Amino acid sequence: MTRQAAVESSSSWRLSDRLGLAFSWFLGLFFCVICAAVVIYLLVQGVRYLSPDLLWTNPKVGFTQNETGGFLAPLLGTLFVTSIAMALATPVGVGVAVWLSEYGRPRALARVVESTVEMFAGAPSIVLALFGLILFRASFLGFLTEKTGGVVYGKGFFPAGAMLSLLALPLVVTSVREGLQAVPNHVREASYALGKTRIATIRRVLLPAVRPDIITGSMIGAGHAIGDTAIIVFLLGDTYVLQGVGNVPVLGTLRGTGSTLTSYVFDNAPTGDLNQPNKAFAAALVLLVMVLVINVFVDIFGRKARELKWT
Amino acid sequence: MALEDALLPLNEDDGLSQDQRAELWLGALVCAVIVLLLAMVVFIVAEAWPSFAHNGLHWFGSGGNVDQQIEAIFNSSNHLHQAVYTFHAWPLIWSTILTTLGASGLAFICSLFISIFLVEFAPVPVQRVLEPVVRLLASVPSVIYGLIGVLVVVPFIDTHLVTHGENASVEPVISLTGGSLLAAVVILTVMIAPIMISIFADGLRAVPRSWIEGSLALGVNRWRTFWNVAVLSARPALVAGVVLATARGLGESVMLSMVSGSIGFAPNPVDGLIFFFEPSRGLAATILHNTEQLSSPPMEHTLFAIAAVLLFSSLMLSLIGWATKRPMSRYFLIGGVSR
Amino acid sequence: MDLTLEPPPVRQLEAGATLTVRPGRGNASIHRLEGLAPETTFEHGGHHTVVPTLERMRVERLSIHYGQKQAVSSVSLPVRQGEVLGLIGPSGCGKTTLLRSLNRLTELTKSASISGRITLDGVDITGLEPTALRRRVTMVFQQPNPFPMSIFDNVAYVLREQARRKPRKPTLAPLVEEALSRAGLLEEVKDNLNHPALRLSGGQQQRLCIARALAANPEVLLLDEPCSALDPQSTKVIEDLIVKLREEVAVVIVTHNLQQAHRVADHVAFMYLGELVEYAPTRALFAAPREQRTKEYVGGAFG
Repeated sequence: MTRQAAVESSSSWRLSDRLGLAFSWFLGLFFCVICAAVVIYLLVQGVRYLSPDLLWTNPKVGFTQNETGGFLAPLLGTLFVTSIAMALATPVGVGVAVWLSEYGRPRALARVVESTVEMFAGAPSIVLALFGLILFRASFLGFLTEKTGGVVYGKGFFPAGAMLSLLALPLVVTSVREGLQAVPNHVREASYALGKTRIATIRRVLLPAVRPDIITGSMIGAGHAIGDTAIIVFLLGDTYVLQGVGNVPVLGTLRGTGSTLTSYVFDNAPTGDLNQPNKAFAAALVLLVMVLVINVFVDIFGRKARELKWT
Repeated sequence: MALEDALLPLNEDDGLSQDQRAELWLGALVCAVIVLLLAMVVFIVAEAWPSFAHNGLHWFGSGGNVDQQIEAIFNSSNHLHQAVYTFHAWPLIWSTILTTLGASGLAFICSLFISIFLVEFAPVPVQRVLEPVVRLLASVPSVIYGLIGVLVVVPFIDTHLVTHGENASVEPVISLTGGSLLAAVVILTVMIAPIMISIFADGLRAVPRSWIEGSLALGVNRWRTFWNVAVLSARPALVAGVVLATARGLGESVMLSMVSGSIGFAPNPVDGLIFFFEPSRGLAATILHNTEQLSSPPMEHTLFAIAAVLLFSSLMLSLIGWATKRPMSRYFLIGGVSR
Repeated sequence: MDLTLEPPPVRQLEAGATLTVRPGRGNASIHRLEGLAPETTFEHGGHHTVVPTLERMRVERLSIHYGQKQAVSSVSLPVRQGEVLGLIGPSGCGKTTLLRSLNRLTELTKSASISGRITLDGVDITGLEPTALRRRVTMVFQQPNPFPMSIFDNVAYVLREQARRKPRKPTLAPLVEEALSRAGLLEEVKDNLNHPALRLSGGQQQRLCIARALAANPEVLLLDEPCSALDPQSTKVIEDLIVKLREEVAVVIVTHNLQQAHRVADHVAFMYLGELVEYAPTRALFAAPREQRTKEYVGGAFG
């Protein structure tokens, strides 16, 4: 008689081993429960208070939660500031990763660069926020924000976006660097053998090959940028509505102030200035959905890209 | 463009200098990044210096009510020639130590068991659920954790865990309203555990199968094999995970400012169970709490001083992580080549 | 194929030589001898040793499938202490699968299904707990795989796992040294027991793996092409070691090197495409193979 090969059961283990396994099960399921609870709670509360008009009306001054309008401006603010952050972080991140992976001379410099990226990764976002504050108050950078009577304001979309890009930078660098290291050397050698320069190889062969990693790295970085509050609170200025500076359309908004979904939730939480929990829930739901969508996208995209790799 | 690529560089020098130019540009880019980091450290320390200079080592000590000191510092900006800098940050430091170490310790235990479970012992359907769950928990913005903390966890502690008797006993000093050490540690644990889990799991998955098979073939059961061999081999990953997660917990400002109670109070372990319900405020949360007061120069220097302490703490953490990995590497030589 | 048990080889004693009788290692008492001569006599290094020939394991009509593919078909073999059983055959003939079924490592592959019976000292091994079985039937792999610990900790690994309470180092030290000496490694490492095991050379690492396997005091030692990753010198050292070990444990060795099988094995089983083609004492199989396929393989036609 043919039987399925018997698998080691845990019944032969010592009691302490079995307790350990049971504890693992418990913890694993507990975390699933917490996650479900968080998502469901936000879903329930958010859907209760989220009405479509919240998405396209701006915050207004008012006394009750019905009068204070929606969060269109914060929503646009989130999108805008994240775009700035990724527009800065992606090219710089790719450049740093390429240098580390393909050049990297002298070796001491490479190690310093690696440590630098690691330190940016470990730096608390509030420290980055304060750094941004000093940086953008310097008068030579005054053109980036409002300047009234010789005093540079130092806050605005660009400063916030710039500091957020520092937050996202290590993530892009790590992702692209791993991708580049995964490319087998014979690909590079084949390109050199055809007479291509190193930079041409990078541009024509390597970068297209790691495009999935660039995208996933950027998406993960964007997710972190969307979720950050500390930098926004310090650097975006305190206006709830987008307030541009000057007459040039996009540049005006860049130099201007506003808010994002994260600062909106922060202000509307019971601990914040406005204390409108219902609005906070609605905005939090929208925020969570954005982050979820990015997560799912990274998952699916990452899986598909891995299937097409160097197998 | 196509033509340029099709032609081999006729002049050897041209091809080389193209590469050299590219290397120079990229080198300039990475140097700019390094300069940015140095600028950050220098600027922050420079702005922080007045606060340290005025307080000396007492900056880190205790003495007086730290909230009142902050008040005084802010108000003193009106008399700039008599600026007050007195600041004894111990309650804030103690709160940061308690929350960070508490959450890291708790998260380490949970993450170790969960990652072992995830990599080796979970049935496939459970794995397929648990992995996205961990990733999702890692990407939830901290302000949302704060919101849920304030609306669910804090009231829960207030109504169900804190008794009237306990409240009365500490009445003169502070009031227990639910914003507490317990809330902070629990939520921070949930925030940083996913970071540890994914790094631990990666490390465990990278353990060579030959070691695991070798241990099984010697008659050691799967659970003990995994703990003895895999966890042992994955120690560098464990260190990396702990360092990264602790750095994250150290710098957390938003969530903590919402749930840990907003009083500069140093929780006292001697108080017994009440210790867990006592409010406090960490270093990062204090900076966030006083954003509006930044216009006052002495206040600004004080806040930058706090930021400097945070910055150096996270730098120290990375250093500790790097230092603990070195002695471990001698056990991981394979064929003389370090892994 | 029908199992006919050949009498074990008896080597001639020289006149005037002394006989020493040593009991075999392991915990089982002598079971079925089935018409075998109760002892095997060995000569080496000038003196002679006589050991009881114990049949440790018996494989009866074993068939193993991986999904649809049949890896082993209806193989029957004895595994005896006091002799080395060599499994030879071309790649993919099932010899490694057969070896791994002896300590139920085949169970690690989900798609494996098994029919037939394997017994250890008369007891069906599926009735034993896998961990208990694997302490009595240990295995050394093709690639040396010492753990990332010190030499001492590697050898003491199983000893620490087996004990109820963690034994202290002084208790373990003599056992570790004994295992290392049985594996012929003690002299080379006895001053460096706390050094990382991964710093040893390939041959030393493999002997360490053997010592680690022997520390459990097994009854059967399985060797899966143990020398294929090593240089000729280390190979010779290990082959000598195997020949010495067979007095104490039953040894089964899988090898693709026919010369090695000739040097080391007492009985050889030739497998082809999952079938046991021929099983005979070494000299008989190599000098006068009965089956045509054996003749072709041993003559070097394939494999």
